[in-house]
Amino acid sequence: MSEVLVVVEHADGSVKKVTSELLTLARTLGEPSAVWIGPGYSDAAEAALGEFGAAKVYVADGAQYIDHPVAPRAEVLASLVSEHSPSAVLIASSADGKETAGRLAIKINSGVITDAIGISADGIATQSVFGGSTVVHSRVIKGTPIFTVRPNSTPPVAAATTPTKVEVSVPVSEVAMKAKVTGRTVAQKDGRPDLSEAAIVVSGGRGVGAPEGFAVIEALADSLGAAVGASRAATDAGWYPHQYQVGQTGKTVSPQLYVANGISGAIQHRAGMQTSKTIVVVNKDPEAPLFELADFGVVGDLFQVVPQLTEEIKKRA
Amino acid sequence: MKIAVCVKQVPDTWAEKKLRGDDSTLDREAADGVMNELDEYAVEEALKLQEAGGGEVTIVTMGPERAGETVRKALSMGADAAVHLVDDALHGSDALATSYALATVLAGRGFDLIFFGSESTDARMSVVPAMVAERLGVAQLTFAQKVDVVGTSVTIQRTTDYGFETVEASMPVVISVVEKINEPRYPSFKGIMAAKKKPVETLSVADAGLEAEQLGLSAAWTVVEDFAARPPKAAGTIVTDDGEGGVKLAEYLATQKFI
Repeated sequence: MSEVLVVVEHADGSVKKVTSELLTLARTLGEPSAVWIGPGYSDAAEAALGEFGAAKVYVADGAQYIDHPVAPRAEVLASLVSEHSPSAVLIASSADGKETAGRLAIKINSGVITDAIGISADGIATQSVFGGSTVVHSRVIKGTPIFTVRPNSTPPVAAATTPTKVEVSVPVSEVAMKAKVTGRTVAQKDGRPDLSEAAIVVSGGRGVGAPEGFAVIEALADSLGAAVGASRAATDAGWYPHQYQVGQTGKTVSPQLYVANGISGAIQHRAGMQTSKTIVVVNKDPEAPLFELADFGVVGDLFQVVPQLTEEIKKRA
Repeated sequence: MKIAVCVKQVPDTWAEKKLRGDDSTLDREAADGVMNELDEYAVEEALKLQEAGGGEVTIVTMGPERAGETVRKALSMGADAAVHLVDDALHGSDALATSYALATVLAGRGFDLIFFGSESTDARMSVVPAMVAERLGVAQLTFAQKVDVVGTSVTIQRTTDYGFETVEASMPVVISVVEKINEPRYPSFKGIMAAKKKPVETLSVADAGLEAEQLGLSAAWTVVEDFAARPPKAAGTIVTDDGEGGVKLAEYLATQKFI
């Protein structure tokens, strides 16, 4: 069976959920080989990759691969592609992932499709574009197809294997080392799941009214084990940090459940959340356009409805 | 300091975007064109650096004739000159072809800083800045929420999921910016008048020394098989809060097995 490379997303040594999704998807295309780039590889990481069917794990375990943004990752992948001729390369649709895919495409003379939400066995990718209003099917027609895949688009299904570890050492070129990471600053470790891969996202917008208003949004998020998001109106006003912005110029999320509170639903915002599986809207304005997308909506004051919902969830827990 | 800012004309954010029935490319005629929003932040950052350290800001764009409107807007914000690559052969170019064309136009002009917005609101791929850096063999400083220039050294804060990375490189560099970085200025009346007299160099594919067979829809390494409007969502249940709205919502979430 043909080999499919899956680039592992990891943080603090643990494998992120999106990688399990990509391995699951890769099994429909061929035999998945995980590619671990950077320090922190462990037996636990290997087991996590094996659980979702990685037959091999290529490990490029060195700080030099992550101390320079993106370029060294593309070099590692280009080297693996030329050595093993995989039938496809799958990368998570993160900022790093998309940029890695772009650079790799140039290095290996191959087409690239970003933000796929599905890939058929014959290599046709599904994308949801223009804020979710249009579904496009497309295919790479040159080289080794490179796909970046959105988190939460394939439910992870385990298929346990014992992976073979293959150590990889690719020298990083001087060009790839021109930009150097000199520091990493953790802005806020809130203990909540990552916004881009959370199963549930609870968001607040203009209706939240003030930074303090986000306390009720956070309380609801915590009762559901959810990530917190914000509309651009809220981040531009400085009520919540920018990295939590959901929308056209922020993050695109596609959780199982999206709870929008005090968000009217401008195209700007819809572009970032329209593909969520279930959408719940709380807004005091019955005319808010986001109600058009709602599976369930409550017309009411979020400061009444949300705390009541949080209490109710706690009661049922 | 020579600064380039690559800008793109896109359909207005508020307009409904569609693909063309004939060749599955974006229908750019169906909506008003505006400068890609994040590119305004790139122009602003370039102008701020110019105000602080001198030099020249050149706008670079690739697109049909009407993209000239976007060039004028950038010039009216305060940029000095522009290069507009315009040719029917460019129609339908994918990110690989776009990066090839831009890198070719940028190369050899001696730019110290090459700015981009971190994504366009139409294609939303976020790959062209990294691709241009790859092709030019220069440092990639992308997703910048802050840019500092000291001499020939450039330091940015690269936005990440957990906060930011501090990344450093020496000029020349490719920089892409996120909206957090600044607040773009509006063109003043004086700026709009001055823009009319600023030089815009118009280049064809041949003028730029580009190979036409590497450009346009026929050179794209991906093809659209088909597309369709997403089926409209069935109307959901909307209730008005009568004091029990939160409880009703909890009941709904329970039936959907979220709680």
